[in-house]
Amino acid sequence: MTQMLSRATWSLVLRQGGLGMRGIHSPGGTAQGEGKMPPYTSYHAERSYPMPDEPFCTELSTEQRALKEKEKGSWTKLTHAEKVALYRLQFHESFAEMNRRSNEWKTVMGGVFFCFGITALLIWWQRVYVFPEKPITLTDEWKAKQLQRILDMKGNPVQGLASRWDYDKKEWKK
Amino acid sequence: MSSSVLAKPQMRGLLAKRMRFHLVGAFIVSMGAATYYKFAVGEARKKAYADFYRNYDSMKDFEEMRKAGIFQSVK
Repeated sequence: MTQMLSRATWSLVLRQGGLGMRGIHSPGGTAQGEGKMPPYTSYHAERSYPMPDEPFCTELSTEQRALKEKEKGSWTKLTHAEKVALYRLQFHESFAEMNRRSNEWKTVMGGVFFCFGITALLIWWQRVYVFPEKPITLTDEWKAKQLQRILDMKGNPVQGLASRWDYDKKEWKK
Repeated sequence: MSSSVLAKPQMRGLLAKRMRFHLVGAFIVSMGAATYYKFAVGEARKKAYADFYRNYDSMKDFEEMRKAGIFQSVK
């Protein structure tokens, strides 16, 4: 019961255009576009789906209806302005307008870097307050003894670690 | 909108054109990468191993390791 009521109110709102004249498209000011809010109609076009079933403008004035009648005849008789008007009736934006670039990438990158910063702070706090003592195997003395042992065993003597060590001068090769 | 006539765009064979471009490019890139790898990595590695083992004395190597004290079976 409440579902029927809300559905009825919604279609009434759409028909009246009570939410800011959405749903009724007259191609008066398509140059500035629809503003930021998308209309609540079934028209949705994008680069991968450029020709929806429904035309953009469904409620036509008298002149527009006359123009649609003229469209049923020979198209060579249409003036250029009429062709453009018919296009604007059918489609919201041209391909050039639809594919225009934006500055959204700046917002995205800013958000990403901001999240990196928050994460860095969290990890820093974690390092100070959560992590336990370093195990003995990660201290510098142990690591030095470990490296000496690997060099004694001549690990990877052809192209790897031991090949970079000069055994006569006891230092790394330049 | 200008009233001059635009050149007619390509209407057919778009996929074929794109495929040809990308197939040729992919072939060149992959063969180039393989050739580069063979010479920069493969031949260099073969040379490094050949140089290492040309005058390699395994007993001398063993004596050095034994003196360093890494073995458990022989001190």
